[in-house]
Amino acid sequence: MIDLSLLPDGGVGWLDASGESSDIVISTRVRLARNLEGYAFSGRARDGERLRVLAQVREAMSGIRALEEGVLLRVDELPPEDRLLLHERHLVSRELAGLDAQRPVRSGAAVHLTRGTSVMVNEEDHLRLQCLLSGFQVADAFSVVESLDAELGERVPYAYHEEFGFLTACPTNVGTGLRASVLIHLPGLVLTKEIAKVLAGLQQVGLTYRGLYGEGSEVVGNFFQISNQTTLGRSEGELLDYLVRVVTHVIEREEEARKVLLRDAGYIIEDKLWRAYGTLRYARSLSFDEVMSYLSSVRLAVGLKLITDLSVYTLNKLLIFSQSAHLVHAEGRQLTESEANIARARFVRGILAADTGSTR
Amino acid sequence: MVCDVCKEADAVVQLTEIEGSGVRLLHLCERCAAERGVETTLASAKPDVSNFLQSVHQQMQATQGDAARCSFCSSTFRDFRTTGRLGCAHCYEAFEKSMRDLLRRVHGNSRHMGRRYEAPLSTELPDAGTVNELRDRLKRAVQTEQFELAADIRDRLRGLE
Repeated sequence: MIDLSLLPDGGVGWLDASGESSDIVISTRVRLARNLEGYAFSGRARDGERLRVLAQVREAMSGIRALEEGVLLRVDELPPEDRLLLHERHLVSRELAGLDAQRPVRSGAAVHLTRGTSVMVNEEDHLRLQCLLSGFQVADAFSVVESLDAELGERVPYAYHEEFGFLTACPTNVGTGLRASVLIHLPGLVLTKEIAKVLAGLQQVGLTYRGLYGEGSEVVGNFFQISNQTTLGRSEGELLDYLVRVVTHVIEREEEARKVLLRDAGYIIEDKLWRAYGTLRYARSLSFDEVMSYLSSVRLAVGLKLITDLSVYTLNKLLIFSQSAHLVHAEGRQLTESEANIARARFVRGILAADTGSTR
Repeated sequence: MVCDVCKEADAVVQLTEIEGSGVRLLHLCERCAAERGVETTLASAKPDVSNFLQSVHQQMQATQGDAARCSFCSSTFRDFRTTGRLGCAHCYEAFEKSMRDLLRRVHGNSRHMGRRYEAPLSTELPDAGTVNELRDRLKRAVQTEQFELAADIRDRLRGLE
């Protein structure tokens, strides 16, 4: 089995809750989609073409100082459980990991991981350069990928068109190839039933939202990913500014909603949140959806300072490490659903007890 | 059953070819079938058709024939409409007018306003891979009866070899 502890920062530096507004914004991701000139796009390319793309990119990356400490993983050579593990840790996309039966992993699929920065090779596009940071840090995340992009683009020729910009397999990414997304927790807006209005508003201003795992994933635990919808016709700076302004506004709305909740329904909310905490602390079997839902409540309680002995970092860890492939990895064997639920409850109890210094 | 041509993907089409006096039965995957100009019904039934593509489907047909084909990767415009993905960078030029209309509809604009880019001058010498790739493209060009292109690729191959 793959040993992720060998990765710089275990690939989970973004969970440390060090970024701005990290009780509401879990993480910020900025990615650029790029393709190499002279090859068909990954989905159309022959196996040999993709392997040559990988070889060429590898060679180019070896000269880049910012990537020196990194590790390259041949995703196509990993067993399915390891690919799922990488996906659960938000280090590779579902597509690169080949998790859908209709779209198995491609030869030449690889990911280069450095602290907070990753380069996916042979995803839908030949290259997906991305930076994942804790909290709300759009400008910082962009500056990391921007300089990586500049260095790589000097070493390999990108597919570029004077009118259309950087060319991508899907026309929804063409132009800047830029997608910036913010993983945000909005329980206040959900509980006050304001969320539908906010989400409808996002779509009117050219932004979009998705679930925890990006494209095609459902919203669970009140976690939303807000990102720019369009990539063409505006500069990178404009796209990012716009996202920052709108997300800042959404954060304010969420904070207001939380105040309203405490003011108008104080004890009902308090009771609901403490019950959720109690369940996480003492339950003997938990499905992942249950964990997500209780974690959402506990996260809100921590944000409202009702619960003071828990850190946001602990909650972030639970969010990632209580997923199926992580449990399988920790237990060192395959688990049936009920075994996984028992292992999950044990794991959650253990982490909460250790963090708060109390008994299980 | 595996495709008789690429030996990679599952065969979905049975093609009977008549060569001289002999008859040959070929089992082909979707892609190899497409390269031989055989349409598969499977392609149009794929569930991952993007909504935005469906919505513009009608207008697109008016501007670009489904049969239009990219000379670099042999993808057709129909392939794009089915999968929502282009085959290669050259497809943008092969289907330029339709792409421009589509981009305007999707992004509200078709002109890139972001970072400008100039590719580095190539220092890479043509290697065996390039020759194989050209041979591959030559084969595709012949199969799709793009003889002018085929002649062009053949000349480049001669130059390399």
